[in-house]
Amino acid sequence: MFDLDRKKYPKIDDGKANFELYSHKYLKLWHGPQHPGVTGNMALELTVSGDEIIDLKTHVGYLHRGFEKLMERRRFIQCFPIVCRICVPEPDTNEYLFSAAIEELAGIEIPEKAIWIRTLNLEMTRLASYLMWVGGQAGALGLGAVGQWAIAHRDYVLDLFEEMTGARVYHMYMVPGGVRGDFPQGFVHRLEAVLQKCEKLIKDAKIVMLNNSVLQDRLVGLGIITPEMIDKFGIVGPNARGSGAKRDVRKDNPYLKYNELDFEIVTETDGDGFARLKVRFREMSQSISLIRQIVSKMPKTGKFHVKTPNPLHWKIPVGETYLKAESTRGEYGFYVATDGSGFPRKVTVRGPSYTHAVSLLEYLGVGVNIADIAGLMGSLHTYPPEIER
Amino acid sequence: MKTILNSVKNIEQIFGVLAKKIQRPDLIFITVEKKQVLSVLSHLRDIEEYTHLVMITAIDYLEQGKFQILYLLHNYKNNTDLGVKTFISREDAHMYSAHHLWGQVATYQRELHEMFGIDFPGSPRVNENFALEGWEGIPPMRRDFDTLRYSQETYNFRKGRATNDPKKYMKKNLHKE
Repeated sequence: MFDLDRKKYPKIDDGKANFELYSHKYLKLWHGPQHPGVTGNMALELTVSGDEIIDLKTHVGYLHRGFEKLMERRRFIQCFPIVCRICVPEPDTNEYLFSAAIEELAGIEIPEKAIWIRTLNLEMTRLASYLMWVGGQAGALGLGAVGQWAIAHRDYVLDLFEEMTGARVYHMYMVPGGVRGDFPQGFVHRLEAVLQKCEKLIKDAKIVMLNNSVLQDRLVGLGIITPEMIDKFGIVGPNARGSGAKRDVRKDNPYLKYNELDFEIVTETDGDGFARLKVRFREMSQSISLIRQIVSKMPKTGKFHVKTPNPLHWKIPVGETYLKAESTRGEYGFYVATDGSGFPRKVTVRGPSYTHAVSLLEYLGVGVNIADIAGLMGSLHTYPPEIER
Repeated sequence: MKTILNSVKNIEQIFGVLAKKIQRPDLIFITVEKKQVLSVLSHLRDIEEYTHLVMITAIDYLEQGKFQILYLLHNYKNNTDLGVKTFISREDAHMYSAHHLWGQVATYQRELHEMFGIDFPGSPRVNENFALEGWEGIPPMRRDFDTLRYSQETYNFRKGRATNDPKKYMKKNLHKE
């Protein structure tokens, strides 16, 4: 490579470029709000010098549906069609957290089998979400074909969800007291068939992506997260694990049945886009292994739901709680406060993209080539719907 | 290793705690005075190892005339969550900015400023729009904001959509004599 003459570029100091916008040397450019591979809309306002980004601002608001406000006027059971829509590709994490928060505040214990089914559901949705991410990350870096394969395999997982819950994308399957239904007959065999298909896809996608020198050239060194930045920006999930942080809510604060399953926290040390790619690929394989463990360990018979009070007249005592789970982007949390009435007083969703896509992306994006900013967004795994609930 | 109870005890001795609630062994909510919040947060971050800020949120207690602001912190050494709450007046809603402590705080404060109308003087870009562009009127997450009235005033309803009384409708269409 050749050394660039950096004299014409503004000086970048701690993630901030020092420049005069009205000197007419720089160009404002809007990237988005539509991005292929990113579910939802989010605009990036770029200021570029040549083809290098010197300033970046994230603009959200294209998707604001006011869910937190709407939930204040709905009964607890009426909130379920809303909570699953907060994160489009991974709705079950929302459903689980909201039902678990209600169960904790109302003092409901759910049966053993329901806990296992919930764990299975969460792992399946993790696999589906990662497959969607493979599509976004590969597509943003010019490997459109891999994206097509991955999205097609996500559809196989969605077919399983349809069989299990009755819906493909928004399941509304976990409700306070357990889950809505049991498995159909022969589900486990069809699940195994899909897992084998996904294993083959992961193998193929790994060959195409990890051994690809073009992709390596673009991802190695892109958006480096140093270990010091993790706490400074509140980075969680695979983005933190790519920088060597051994943090996973499933291990640190085990929920459901994760303490009975055998898995290790996946970490890489480089902290760049390529390390995060490797972390996510390994987690996909891990998720398949977890699904197999859950299916072999879960009880075959038993109740999957306990009786709850009439949901239309259900009042939950005053209280507040915070529950979290590990989604594909990291720690996902629900803060629920009740005031003794039939409605939630306040529900706040802590989506990991909130920090990753706004404050972190604005910091990491400076100095990146325009062509790589879509890849950086994909590498941070941003889902705009959870930023603006 | 420091436990969450030790940390809460330290906060009680140094800064004073108005109320304390142990929700789970790994989740405690404490209420502190408004002017102590930043000191408590710095103490928790630097000395008690609550290095991860999970989120900041607010609740509008309209009937009591105040906002509750919650800062939720997480400790990766003993894997516990500590919620630091404070109450501020609803009339003169402003809170001290904590943007110097964590990188993502400024974004949360921008959102709270827009959704609740809580001002954070000194916070970077706090007056810029976050999710709502060109919003006028009272901030939407306040309890006295009426969503139904807003939608009736803002949007045109499609004509020809009649609302039926379920009882009469059922009688007319399903249970004909």
